[in-house]
Amino acid sequence: MYDTIIIGGGMSGLAAGIRLALFDQRVCILERHYTIGGLNSFYRMGGRDYDVGLHAMTNFSRKGTKRGPLAKLIRQLRFKWEDFPLAEQIGSSIRFPGIQLDFGNDIELLQDEIAREFPGSIDGFQRLCASLLDYDDLDGDDSRFTRSARAVLDELIPDPLLREMLLCPLMWYGNAREDDMDFGQFCIMFRACYLEGFARPFKGVRLILKNLVRKFRGLGGELKLRSGVARIHVDNGHAVGVVLDDGTEIAGKRILSSAGTVETLRLCDDITEVDVARAGRLSFIESISILDTQPQQIGFDRTIVFYNDSETFHWRMPEDSLCDARTGVICSPNNYRYTAGDGVLPDGVIRITTLANHDRWCGLPDPKYRAEKVAQYEAAVHSAVRFMPDFRRHTIDTDIFTPKTIRRFTWHDNGAVYGAPDKQLDGTTHLDNLFLCGTDQGFVGIVGAILSGISMANRHCLATDG
Amino acid sequence: MSPAEIRDEIIDILGDIAPDENLDELVDEVSFRDQLELDSMDFLDIVMELRKRHRVQIPEEDYGNLASMQSTVTYLEPKMRDIVKA
Ligand SMILES: Cc1cc2nc3c(=O)[nH]c(=O)nc-3n(C[C@H](O)[C@H](O)[C@H](O)COP(=O)(O)OP(=O)(O)OC[C@H]3O[C@@H](n4cnc5c(N)ncnc54)[C@H](O)[C@@H]3O)c2cc1C
Repeated sequence: MYDTIIIGGGMSGLAAGIRLALFDQRVCILERHYTIGGLNSFYRMGGRDYDVGLHAMTNFSRKGTKRGPLAKLIRQLRFKWEDFPLAEQIGSSIRFPGIQLDFGNDIELLQDEIAREFPGSIDGFQRLCASLLDYDDLDGDDSRFTRSARAVLDELIPDPLLREMLLCPLMWYGNAREDDMDFGQFCIMFRACYLEGFARPFKGVRLILKNLVRKFRGLGGELKLRSGVARIHVDNGHAVGVVLDDGTEIAGKRILSSAGTVETLRLCDDITEVDVARAGRLSFIESISILDTQPQQIGFDRTIVFYNDSETFHWRMPEDSLCDARTGVICSPNNYRYTAGDGVLPDGVIRITTLANHDRWCGLPDPKYRAEKVAQYEAAVHSAVRFMPDFRRHTIDTDIFTPKTIRRFTWHDNGAVYGAPDKQLDGTTHLDNLFLCGTDQGFVGIVGAILSGISMANRHCLATDG
Repeated sequence: MSPAEIRDEIIDILGDIAPDENLDELVDEVSFRDQLELDSMDFLDIVMELRKRHRVQIPEEDYGNLASMQSTVTYLEPKMRDIVKA
């Protein structure tokens, strides 16, 4: 009998597992895939290492900082700052037709850019910075959390183009809702991206995952791969254990699931139908280009570029097409300030993310699916090079993954990267000992998911375990 | 444990939770929150470490007693009096 069974070996499940193992719980993480990492795993192909997700770790803070999400997770998981050697970004940019705003890990740069390009809005921007909710204020009961971010921006920022430009990166890096954003989520992402900033470990997401899994196992936690949960056994409003895909039964006092809200409810014995409309539907394709040169050699020194090709930013799943490349994210993992000891990454890499329609991708018959991968890769690059130097003749290898890939390896409905638009911030479900963590609980992104795992483990599995 | 030993134990726990802090200069009468920027997650850790190391149970309604070193030691003294220091 386990004290806690955790469903999912992604960032949130691993972090929750560490917290519980740290205080001597018998804890087991069950992961359906043959490897850990979930939405942010890694793979090897054609002799090269690839990360699934990692463009940037948000929420950067410098070693020794006492406040903020990164400091909190290092403390809570008993890591040292040295365990996460992070290289800061060189600098990022928001690019719309004829205008760009640069930003970095110091908010002053963005303030200067706004003062130059939008002098009529700089006071409003300063007021916005001063009125952001603090992380500690962010609980679901706070009515300010669910306000429309667009409505708040309308009040503070007179220039409509600036409103669109500010929203673009924040929606791209963490908004599960189409068109608008909850103000609470806006504040989280504003802090994460503009006030704290971007960084990356030289070795990519592998380093983070290896640290998490080593710590978890070192504390006596059990991790079972290829162990998908097929059902959650329910008896009298109480979860009593799980049944794996191969029929194995495992008993537990409580269950913490990172599979997603509707995905988890669907597993429960006592539920026959779930409300699939609650699942998120924003998914992406990721087009990865390997270059024969470093991006800086062809004049591209930005870490991340968030682009949009008109004055209005459309944050919607494309209804009538496979992809929507009008807006996208361009990332070069080469463009971080690595130390001399790190050296340089072996290849030049450009990653481009664009919006995609899960159902359309999954409906394609196989030869067509493969042909569309090539065609949509080209469309994404074609769109992106309007906002960066044209790198196409330097491309020596490519890979692309689609919502179908994301679905296949994470089992999230619709391949939704940021989960459901309505979060379950307190992590509770209809059962008194089944809880949610990760994407659908609230925080998203690497740091967000880790914090979600920590806080749900603390609240539901430790504080109450007498 | 004597009050002095309990204090040492708390210092040891704080050293685990917040390894970057200089605990030599801790003022017993001033709240942990003000000196060390501990938040509610860190307070839970003090409770959990005491439970793990000494089987001392602290109910949630008593967490307020852990505000400063002085109040913590006063609160724990009757609970830890019979524990023999390892
Ligand atoms: C293309 C892409 C780019 C991204 N870029 C960034 C970035 O640059 N920076 C950043 O911070 N974040 C990024 N993210 C987001 C980040 O990866 C996620 O927010 C985070 O990893 C979510 O972690 P999680 O634990 O909540 O969920 P998941 O990673 O989805 O973990 C859930 C796990 O549960 C498993 N599972 C599901 N169902 C079952 C079942 N029934 N039984 C057993 N196991 C099950 C899944 O296999 C999965 O491993 C990106 C994501 C993608 C897809």
